Amino acid sequence: MSQAFTKSMARNIFYGGSVFFLLLLAVLTFDTVKTLPKSDNSENLTAQVAKGKHVWENNNCIGCHTLLGEGAYFAPELGNVHKRLGKAGVIAFIKSRPVKGIPGRRSMPQFNLTDDELDAVAEFLKYTSEINAQNWPPNIQG
Amino acid sequence: MKYTSQMVAKPYFIAAIGLFIGQILFGIIMGMQYVVGDFLFPEIPFNVARMVHTNLLIVWLLFGFMGAAYYMVPDEAETELHSPLLAKLMFWVFLVAGALTILGYLLVPYAQLADITMNDLLPTMGREFLEQPTITKIGIVIVALAFLYNIGMTILKGRKTVISLVLLIGLIGLAVFFLFAFYNPDNLVLDKYFWWFVVHLWVEGVWELILGSLLAYVLIKTTGVDREVIEKWLYVIIAMALITGLIGTGHHYYWIGTPEYWQWWGSIFSAMEPIPFFMMTLFAFNMVNKRRREHPNKAAVLWALGCAVMAFLGAGVWGFLHTLSPVNYYTHGTQITAAHGHMAFYGAYVMVVLAIISYAMPMLRGRKAANSNISQVWEMWSFWLMTISMVFITLFLTGAGIVQVYLQRMGENPQSFMVVQDKVELFYWLREGAGLVFLVGLIVYVLSFFVGQNEPEAEVKS
Repeated sequence: MSQAFTKSMARNIFYGGSVFFLLLLAVLTFDTVKTLPKSDNSENLTAQVAKGKHVWENNNCIGCHTLLGEGAYFAPELGNVHKRLGKAGVIAFIKSRPVKGIPGRRSMPQFNLTDDELDAVAEFLKYTSEINAQNWPPNIQG
Repeated sequence: MKYTSQMVAKPYFIAAIGLFIGQILFGIIMGMQYVVGDFLFPEIPFNVARMVHTNLLIVWLLFGFMGAAYYMVPDEAETELHSPLLAKLMFWVFLVAGALTILGYLLVPYAQLADITMNDLLPTMGREFLEQPTITKIGIVIVALAFLYNIGMTILKGRKTVISLVLLIGLIGLAVFFLFAFYNPDNLVLDKYFWWFVVHLWVEGVWELILGSLLAYVLIKTTGVDREVIEKWLYVIIAMALITGLIGTGHHYYWIGTPEYWQWWGSIFSAMEPIPFFMMTLFAFNMVNKRRREHPNKAAVLWALGCAVMAFLGAGVWGFLHTLSPVNYYTHGTQITAAHGHMAFYGAYVMVVLAIISYAMPMLRGRKAANSNISQVWEMWSFWLMTISMVFITLFLTGAGIVQVYLQRMGENPQSFMVVQDKVELFYWLREGAGLVFLVGLIVYVLSFFVGQNEPEAEVKS
């Protein structure tokens, strides 16, 4: 690097740039949080949906699936599974998983969820499918 | 080694390597489950193996960072570590907490682990990479605070160099952003938004400061280039890392229910994220070319150069590949993401930790500056085996990802996820093969610590 560009100039760019862009991130975050209710479907965030999110988390569903594209890539996207299978279909699928798996194939474990937990997680996935994710995923297959 | 307290780094490095082995074994298991779906089912379901794989990675890198700091900071500050006892104590706390957490993942169903650890009191579990029970997370914060105190006090009482200052800023950032792991609102979009404050602001933010600092330290030590020059480069690199990376967080906010403007902010700023990595490559090669001395530890120099190149490829090039929102619309959450994740983590963070271990370990084991020639030859073989197999893992996953994106999201008749997974099976078999070669490389790496122990130190040919 050229001699005219000194270490203290580099240092100032680091401190100035970092602080500036950290503040910009804070401003954008503030704006995002403020405008989020337009897109985050929070009007449908019922107690049952919140409970479903806990069922989702307590069984580490994200360890195989993606949800709005984030998670593991071993099993199907579930952000739009409600649109693919419907609530009854989602519940029936989770309930019917064989304990010992399927020979040679990937299979979801049997989580032994109660009826209320099944309803909650299905409600959570319904709420998730109604979040405005800018038209993602590109099609029903997720 | 000038200061005896630098010795506390040794157990940290040994633990890091031990956990690294565990990480790779679980990676091999998962790779197998991709092709033989019921492999080890239901004893070790995929989600458990993945949790172990990713959490071990994070924990061993943290062990590596801490060991690096304990080795570097006394040397840079020209004084003994504030409290070697605290460092040793925290080592055991962190190791036991980590081991118990991993055992918890493996021995009881996750829902039961959540129950035992009273997740309902402060629910933080069940989110990618943040699967640890809340009590473990609290433990991590305590260890981090004790560590920062120890390092901070050492720097305060001694010489304050740019390298240790940048390291300290990076480590403080690491601890501060981890606090967002405790925020888990019911609103999924908010949850995801702030989850990235841990994940993105770590690996594409403050960790880059740690990376830059470690790399700069190894380069100063092995090339003898003037500190002023190295520090200037370091400032510019980390400036670019944060200038691009902070708003670059936006490339995770395209499709999770956040406002559309993030597609602009995220695309523009993250498209520039390769710049600091490219500069890092220039930096490393420039310094080695301008070296004022020949260092007998050739392996350490190889890791440092390899790190700069692979970080640019994995984080820079493979990141750019799918960072623009119109592209990401199709690639989001596919094997393309997995491909990028593998090479970026290996290139940037695994390799820099291995570089500092390679540099420091000979001294920690009583050598003057370097291992014997034969030991270095083994280490360099492990470098090439692991690095080349990681390139192939990345290429095979990229191949799988391209086919997946086309069949599932772009073609005339989009096919379902599982149908497409069957069609890309060949790529997964090849990836598993490359993974096994990586394991061989890792075994060679471990053996390099045991061969040629009685041979004389490598010397510089004059």
